[in-house]
Amino acid sequence: MTALRQHLIDPEVCIRCNTCEENCPIEGAIEHNEDNYVVNADLCNYCMSCISPCPTGAIDSWRVVENAYSLDDQYSWDELPEQIEIQDSGAEDGSEASESEATDILEIAHAGNGIVPAPATSSKPRINLWTREKPARATVTGNYRITEEGTESDIHHIVLDFGAQSFPVLEGQSIGIIPPGTDAKGKPHQVRLYSIASPRDGERPGYNNLALTVKRVTFEADGATQEGLGSGYMCNLKKNDEVMVTGPFGSTFLMPNDPDANLIMICTGTGAAPFRGMTERRRRLGGHGKGKMLLFFGARSPSELPYFGPLQKLPKSLLDQELVFSRISNIDDSNKEYVQHRMAKRAEDLAALLNDENTHIYVCGLKGMEQGVEETFNSLCADRGLDWPQLRQQLRNDGRYHIETY
Amino acid sequence: MSESVRVEVNYDDLIPNNVNLSSDRRLLKALEEWHPGYIDWWKDMGPEGWNDKEVYLRTAVGVDPKGWAVFDHVKMPDYRWGVLLAPKVEGRTIPFGKHKGEPVWEEVPAEYRSMLRRLIVIQGDTEPASVEQQRHLGATAPSLYDMRNLFQVNVEEGRHLWAMVYLLVKYFGKDGREEAKMMLERRSGNDDKPRILGAFNEETPDWLSFFMFTYFTDRDGKMQLESLAQSGFDPLSRTTRFMLTEEAHHMFVGESGVQRVLERTCDAMNEAGISDPYDIEAIRALGVIDLPTIQKKLNFHMSVTHDLFGAELSTNAAAAFEAGLKGRFKEEKLEDDHQLYNETYPVMQVVDGQLVEKDENAIAAINSRLLDDYITDAKGGIKRWNKAIAKLGIDFELKAPHKAFNRKIGQFSDINVTPEGEVVDADTFTANLENYMPSEADLVFINGLMKPCYERGQYAGWIKEPKVGINSQPGDFEYVRLA
Repeated sequence: MTALRQHLIDPEVCIRCNTCEENCPIEGAIEHNEDNYVVNADLCNYCMSCISPCPTGAIDSWRVVENAYSLDDQYSWDELPEQIEIQDSGAEDGSEASESEATDILEIAHAGNGIVPAPATSSKPRINLWTREKPARATVTGNYRITEEGTESDIHHIVLDFGAQSFPVLEGQSIGIIPPGTDAKGKPHQVRLYSIASPRDGERPGYNNLALTVKRVTFEADGATQEGLGSGYMCNLKKNDEVMVTGPFGSTFLMPNDPDANLIMICTGTGAAPFRGMTERRRRLGGHGKGKMLLFFGARSPSELPYFGPLQKLPKSLLDQELVFSRISNIDDSNKEYVQHRMAKRAEDLAALLNDENTHIYVCGLKGMEQGVEETFNSLCADRGLDWPQLRQQLRNDGRYHIETY
Repeated sequence: MSESVRVEVNYDDLIPNNVNLSSDRRLLKALEEWHPGYIDWWKDMGPEGWNDKEVYLRTAVGVDPKGWAVFDHVKMPDYRWGVLLAPKVEGRTIPFGKHKGEPVWEEVPAEYRSMLRRLIVIQGDTEPASVEQQRHLGATAPSLYDMRNLFQVNVEEGRHLWAMVYLLVKYFGKDGREEAKMMLERRSGNDDKPRILGAFNEETPDWLSFFMFTYFTDRDGKMQLESLAQSGFDPLSRTTRFMLTEEAHHMFVGESGVQRVLERTCDAMNEAGISDPYDIEAIRALGVIDLPTIQKKLNFHMSVTHDLFGAELSTNAAAAFEAGLKGRFKEEKLEDDHQLYNETYPVMQVVDGQLVEKDENAIAAINSRLLDDYITDAKGGIKRWNKAIAKLGIDFELKAPHKAFNRKIGQFSDINVTPEGEVVDADTFTANLENYMPSEADLVFINGLMKPCYERGQYAGWIKEPKVGINSQPGDFEYVRLA
């Protein structure tokens, strides 16, 4: 499967006020006829300039698709199409059983979380420096499988070097990859977005490089197992291959520079990428400051949890980890443990952190995990006389609650 | 590279601004003198009884796309009304009229001083007027969500007054200060000191009127702002461009508000097994507003708004266009010479008691063209409302009234035309008036439904809940804190 998280406009909510088109910095990325306003998937670069000015919320609409809806499709709509079922050979019901399409479709949206500013002390991000028209050309300097051979999850750690090209990034940002070639209609392939898994000063300190965490996506079609175009391309890259890169993207899902800030990081599968970057940033700074880092990380099993080995080496004083496995052989199905279950076990610690105005929360992974996380925060707050909706609003206003799900 | 440069707003000053107010002591002093009068006006004439409640409002912290919509709970008198201009476009030239192609004016050209002042005063006067018209609505709000939307509209109209007052005080000296003062003295519907334009002296008696007003009448505001955004007087252009971004929210409140009323009515009809939209008594018994009455409301508000565009053939409007002060809707997208000396425009007129279209000098017909553009724009929403009705399976279509219907100003003020566009005699018109526009009994019925609903996440029975919350907030969000 080749999944794309396509930006769309809900024709039932949109009032055709033209504000989005007015604010869009890319000529032609948003256009309209007398019926609808539509987004050109080939041109939109997810800069999000249109999101906040939209008076209706219609602009904040997304569908995960295998093939982007064309402009004609969108012009013909009276309402948004339902989200199609995205097939995935490894997927199951449950919030984190599958971390499949993950990085293919990761992007900076924060659907369902309202408009949340960046943390007060984050660095100012650079965005859209490189575009489809003028992409950066990165060289692959490493590509390693980081899940055990023989497991279903084939997750790769890929290092890209930008040589003499400026590609400044911050932890939590994403980059776009343009797969080479054209689709069946002869059009260039859609850009794929991946979260950066390394800190701002490079995968290797002082190098002009960065790392990505990419899961090879497979799906069943026409009676055969097929491979996602974007993730397949990435996982098959060889050392010294050249890759066309756009971005960086993302200006809100960023870490605070304040060393006293606490970070609660909640993820599944390749959703761990931004947290690897943030953790490594703190580690390199030497761990001074009072800020705690608490990680909840879900996967099926240790052998399918990206970076399981390296994580074991980090001291608890730097990173307090809760690794949660939903499919360990000695646990029967009724006993599957997901991140929200483990969060409930750490309710005391979470509540203490929530009471601290220096705490920032990040959620990254499958969309399905959001609800469980929400419910857990809600109930642990309710048990302690805290009003979670009100607290969450405060966190959002302060840029301290960030969700990136797909 | 397309990274936008964030234009920060200075919030340290009493008056938040991005025009470097603190560097112009005289201007700052004049505005600071006006400020207490404005706050007094707000407390006297703003939303009645709600000034001590915290409302979830958006405030601009910058005029770039990412900075201008920051949401938080604030008390309305503490809202940061500021002076915000869209970023300057370097090298901008006058886009139309006889000065077309010359650099835009940063100061008022002496020859156009009074014309420009008049344009700004007329626009400015509408802003506080609508706040006054809507001041009692909080008492009957159908939900906290709707109440919040009302107050957002109100504070932004207040800011639009600020925007116009800034121009008057900065660029028109003593006259400007005098006009700014007058803005706070006129009162909507007051016999002695009425607001300048007729529609702004009409009452907004109920929430359906409010939604119709924000849809139809605020849309006139949008069209006027669009025309002024083309202005060769650059400070006016920049001011109105930023106002338009806020105005879009008002369009949204109107369009979605009317739609939610329609949807609730259709839902209630379906639940009760009523398929005939003209079974008015049975439908009203369900506690919802029947579709024919909504059509009559529409006829009233749209026709009253048509008058705001002024005479179809106007020497004032022609002069403002020729001078480069007020352009056309989407002037930049129009493909002509933008001077129009040799152009004509078809204008509907009354000849021998009949409606006929005649080509007129395009400059003289500027108002007529703007009215036509307005009608096209307004019909878009009517079409979407009809889709919503059709989707719920009710056989009924709303229609825009003919532009000659119920006119008090312009070509059609002396004849009687039905909403369908048929010219009739005065007796026929009067006899059918209650079929065209809401009767006293209709208004009494609607008024009877106007009971407040202040429970979080609850909505009055005559209106459907919105499809999405403001700023993606969940359904039971506390948009106004009543405690």
